[in-house]
Amino acid sequence: MKLLSWGRYPPLPQAAHAVAWRAELPALLANVAQTCGTTLAYGEGRSYGDSCLAESGQVLSFRGLDRFLAADWSSGILRAEAGITLEAIIAVSLPRGWFPAVTPGTKYITLGGAIANDVHGKNHHRQGAFGCHVRRFGLLRSDRGRLECAPDLEPELFAATIGGLGLTGLIEWVEIQLMPVASGWIDGLVQRFDDLDGFFALSAELDARHEFCVSWVDCAARGKKAGRGIYMAGDFAAENWPLPAPRRKWRFPFMPPVSLVNTWSLRAFNAIYWRKAPPKSRRAPAAYDAFFYPLDSLLDWNRLYGSKGFQQYQALIPEREAGDGIRAMLTAISGSGQGSFLAVLKRCGGALSPGVLSFPRPGVTLALDFPQTPYLEEQLFPRLDAIVREAGGRLYPAKDAHMRGDDFRRAYPDWEKIEALRDPSLLSCFWRRVTQ
Amino acid sequence: MKQKRILIIGASSAIAAACARLWAGDGARFFLVARDAEKLAAMASDLGARGASETQSFLMDASDTSAHAGMIREAFQAFQGLDIALIAHGTLPDQTACEQDAALALREFGVNGLSVIALLTGLASRFEQQRGGALAVITSVAGERGRPGNYVYGSAKAAVSTFCEGLRARLFKHGVTLTDIRPGFVATPMTRGLPLPAWLTSTPEAVAKRIVSGIGRGTDVLYTPFYWYFILCAIRHLPRAIFKRLKL
Ligand SMILES: Cc1cc2nc3c(=O)[nH]c(=O)nc-3n(C[C@H](O)[C@H](O)[C@H](O)COP(=O)(O)OP(=O)(O)OC[C@H]3O[C@@H](n4cnc5c(N)ncnc54)[C@H](O)[C@@H]3O)c2cc1C
Ligand SMILES: NC(=O)c1ccc[n+]([C@@H]2O[C@H](COP(=O)([O-])OP(=O)(O)OC[C@H]3O[C@@H](n4cnc5c(N)ncnc54)[C@H](OP(=O)(O)O)[C@@H]3O)[C@@H](O)[C@H]2O)c1
Repeated sequence: MKLLSWGRYPPLPQAAHAVAWRAELPALLANVAQTCGTTLAYGEGRSYGDSCLAESGQVLSFRGLDRFLAADWSSGILRAEAGITLEAIIAVSLPRGWFPAVTPGTKYITLGGAIANDVHGKNHHRQGAFGCHVRRFGLLRSDRGRLECAPDLEPELFAATIGGLGLTGLIEWVEIQLMPVASGWIDGLVQRFDDLDGFFALSAELDARHEFCVSWVDCAARGKKAGRGIYMAGDFAAENWPLPAPRRKWRFPFMPPVSLVNTWSLRAFNAIYWRKAPPKSRRAPAAYDAFFYPLDSLLDWNRLYGSKGFQQYQALIPEREAGDGIRAMLTAISGSGQGSFLAVLKRCGGALSPGVLSFPRPGVTLALDFPQTPYLEEQLFPRLDAIVREAGGRLYPAKDAHMRGDDFRRAYPDWEKIEALRDPSLLSCFWRRVTQ
Repeated sequence: MKQKRILIIGASSAIAAACARLWAGDGARFFLVARDAEKLAAMASDLGARGASETQSFLMDASDTSAHAGMIREAFQAFQGLDIALIAHGTLPDQTACEQDAALALREFGVNGLSVIALLTGLASRFEQQRGGALAVITSVAGERGRPGNYVYGSAKAAVSTFCEGLRARLFKHGVTLTDIRPGFVATPMTRGLPLPAWLTSTPEAVAKRIVSGIGRGTDVLYTPFYWYFILCAIRHLPRAIFKRLKL
């Protein structure tokens, strides 16, 4: 079976070499590297662009390496093979009172992928990125064999691998610190805001008080309504409520020939969604699943965008420029009539992850999806890129399929450290595109 | 609920491991048998974290029939009896090589057929004595008709299925069930690299769900995924005059 990335764009199908046991890895890596030149680890393929695609078109699929190796439920320290998903971890850890300290907006990602992109979640302002909670991991390199990396063991490779885009070696196993939680429920609150100033005011007032904060923004709204959205915050409920029942899952059943997301469906949908949210802060208890992973109940939802796929644009604008930068981006987007229902605003905090190339920095990130059309790369993205460049911001490689090489190298000046530590047998389409 | 005591032979099989994870969630106690110590250790830690109450491991090559009796004795002693025994090991022979090499063909027949018959014989009398429990063995839909592409494998699985048919009737009187599990295409290390049609290929997790519930209910013959029952109905009824002309 051929694999793509989550956005199904760029259309560079990958042949997968499955791994079932760690003992098979060294021979497989050597073998594929010898016959195909280079390769790359592939987790759950939840990266949108080309960072999880091998330049050679031959990836090593880690899905079979999904075993727990050690779990200490008194300390919340967990060691598992790198292909295990957050879903599998939560299924076992939540009933015992533990939850991943950092989780992105989907639980269908692997520990290896979480490290390689140093993913962030709704609690970045408190907990930093995923790498802040990684204690150690095992790395397999084609030139040095098996290594154990920790802050005090191979510290250079430890830091380079966190956010290292899978280029510094194959992560075989990972040891993380989980976060204690009293229940599987989120004591949440929602409140809509009328414009971008409203977002900044709510974020300034409430972020510090809550573990999890994120906002939805209506990317189709223009004029006075521009920048309106819904602020959502929450904390794990302290009450010892019974675990939420698993949610029913649906599968998007077919691939429409054209994207079902368009200007008209978007405008109508967004306006209704915004109006449904309360103007004043209201408590909104939610099961953890619905709060963190609203999209996970619709499997294969990426098909919604049709066979041409879609791109996500996620930029981070540094704190000082955030107001103007985000405003300019939203103006450009609503003016284009493009965009998606999914548009997310989030303020990142100052906690620095050990990762050398980690994406999050203090500032505000805006993320949204666009159905794939040539218009994106000819018109809209260059405009947005110019705004981000001007504001001294950066794009998120995990979501990227278009970033210019000079923009990447300016925003991530430490990229040469990763290139120097790159395993010569590993290379992604993304890395090739932005560095060579 | 009493913790189930479960013996798995060929425990490192992807399908068996997926079943074990489901049982582990209910706190089962395991006696795992395989030929690779490292794989057994990885499985034991995995099942432990997922809730298994206890895991004991035993190294054995299933073709070594002289080791069977000792293994079975230990397994029964470990938890004073067994609730479930699952036989899962198997190999997918290189059919073309088997056509040129009778010794190889017999060896493959030995692993997939004879060793399983030997194990069932040893286990059956113990289950009979304890007057209860569930025996299960993974055969294959390939055992239902000999196909030119893999009739060594298919005939070994067929031998086991026919053996089970008789043994089931014998055990029935003693309250012991025997489930003959016939998976269709499943993506596992065994089928790695084969050009299986993606839309007909299932995952170990999906087939494991059906296997675990089927063993729980004491189902006699279990196709998994279920639609293979209908596919096999059709294949069984194809006239030989046509069947022998097909490239399968
Ligand atoms: C609905 C949705 C919501 C999301 N929300 C967020 C969010 O809120 N925050 C955020 O940060 N991200 C988010 N993401 C992106 C996602 O979290 C990241 O792309 C994540 O890295 C994907 O993990 P994966 O296991 O699918 O890895 P893949 O996408 O398969 O691979 C990602 C990278 O990890 C490398 N890799 C994978 N396994 C290994 C290994 N064993 N050894 C070495 N390298 C490896 C790959 O080579 C590649 O470079 C979201 C994605 C989706 C689909
Ligand atoms: N996958 C399918 O499409 C499919 C379809 C129908 C039926 N089946 C049957 O399902 C069962 C499980 O297979 P699987 O798909 O899960 O493949 P698998 O993961 O490759 O498992 C096969 C297992 O058999 C073990 N084994 C082989 N020879 C052995 C021996 N002499 N002694 C002890 N163990 C031995 C292997 O052990 P090692 O790890 O030590 O090699 C391996 O763990 C097999 O009986 C197979 O015939 C599979």
